[in-house]
Amino acid sequence: MKLVIAYINPFKLDEVRDALKETGVGGLSAGNVQGFGRQGGHTETYRGAEYEVQFVPKVRIEVIVDDGDVAAVVAKIEETARTGQTGDGKIAVLPVEDVVRIRTGERGTDAL
Amino acid sequence: MDSGTTAWLLTSSALVLFMTPGLALFYGGMVRGKNVLAMLMKNYIAMGIVTITWIAVGFTLAFGGNSTIGDWSVVGNLDLWGVRDVGLGNEIFGADYPDMLFVAFQMMFAIITPALIAGAVAERMKFTAWVVFIAVWSIVVYAPMAHWVWGGGFIAEEVGALDFAGGLVVHINAGVAALALIMVLGPRLGWRRDAIRPHSLPLTVLGAGILWFGWFGFNAGSALAADGAAANAFVTTHVAAAVGATTWTIVEGMRHGKPTTLGFASGAVAGLVAITPAAGFVSPLSAVVIGIAAGSICFYALQLKFRFNFDDSLDVVAVHLVGGIIGALLLGFLAEDRIGGLGDGLFFGEPQLVWNQFLSIVIAIVWSFVLSYGLARIIDATIGLRVSEDEERQGLDLALHEEQGYVLAD
Repeated sequence: MKLVIAYINPFKLDEVRDALKETGVGGLSAGNVQGFGRQGGHTETYRGAEYEVQFVPKVRIEVIVDDGDVAAVVAKIEETARTGQTGDGKIAVLPVEDVVRIRTGERGTDAL
Repeated sequence: MDSGTTAWLLTSSALVLFMTPGLALFYGGMVRGKNVLAMLMKNYIAMGIVTITWIAVGFTLAFGGNSTIGDWSVVGNLDLWGVRDVGLGNEIFGADYPDMLFVAFQMMFAIITPALIAGAVAERMKFTAWVVFIAVWSIVVYAPMAHWVWGGGFIAEEVGALDFAGGLVVHINAGVAALALIMVLGPRLGWRRDAIRPHSLPLTVLGAGILWFGWFGFNAGSALAADGAAANAFVTTHVAAAVGATTWTIVEGMRHGKPTTLGFASGAVAGLVAITPAAGFVSPLSAVVIGIAAGSICFYALQLKFRFNFDDSLDVVAVHLVGGIIGALLLGFLAEDRIGGLGDGLFFGEPQLVWNQFLSIVIAIVWSFVLSYGLARIIDATIGLRVSEDEERQGLDLALHEEQGYVLAD
């Protein structure tokens, strides 16, 4: 099993979720995060005082998938989250040792 | 007594009280999330503390007769302490409304005036020091100045200056006290280095809306009658707020490329501040002039704090002191006898009022600065004005009040 972590633009979250559901993903988690990359920050102005804000709001989604589905899931996120502009985000894939479904005690791929 | 006037002043008293929660939201949204409750509390506690000081001695020092130095009445006496002898009738003031209603209406002004100062000391002043400061300030600084202007004192009687609803007593007074406190307190940790941003502008914009609403009681109520003068003050108040907000938005848009909600809200408050001394003495077209002056000059005045290195955190000086001066001074030019019945200004043929207004502004600034600065110094030397650096980093909500404005879950 693998943990796929993707940092994407917040406005892409619904689209990515729908696409992943179509590919058969059983669930995912999403959270608001702030980060910086090539996109850099932006300027905010309050009562005439300008502030350089170095962090940009992004959404981090986490989804655990079976080894055989990793390539399809990553490709789907790539395809739906891409706008072609800097700031589209990144995808990381990490190995997962075990997964437990808390309610039933199922383990491994049964818990996905 | 007149039941229409009495009903309007009861309503106005409630409207003026409602401005303090509005001010709390206006300020609360502009601080960081870790300090939101401490900011709200510095406003709300004024409703507690100043009510007590006002009933005890504030009212009588402002409106209880005259204590004179030569011909000049400088403060009230103690005859009405505890408002014991203020009755249900109008035996003391002989007005169209009960004497007790005057206690209530004026009390709401006494409450919001020190609360205005809270924006300047945001995110770093101790709660206990704040309580002591506003308790003493409301008695020693506010009550005498209210006497000078509205209680038969020398600014109205000898200097001959006009102040319809509190340009001097409320806004210049609070703005100067804010400046004095800032000078003693020093800037927040990380000021000008970190991006110290407002955490919830929707709160601020809502607060500005409540202030705008309550200001009708503040200004139109200050006619002390339900009549044409109240209606004129109502219209000039609204016009100045609208023009101040629009002007600020335009100036900001031209200067920075984008109009902001905070700018609109700030311009509305600046316009409301500036019309306060003039509302019952000028025409709606003059209110347009005052709104334009407030919306543009206050916007540029904000930048001065960076030059002087004064961390006026929420711009109390630029909005209330500068806005108050704009209104009080322009009143000297724009006053009309046909509206206020208390004489014309320079543009209507009488140059004297400009000088009277100028003199009253200088007196108010000197009085408020000397006493506020001294009081701040005394508190700083005894119980301390400022929280520790650790408490300031942690945030005042947890450090001073052991609660949080926003919790992560549930």
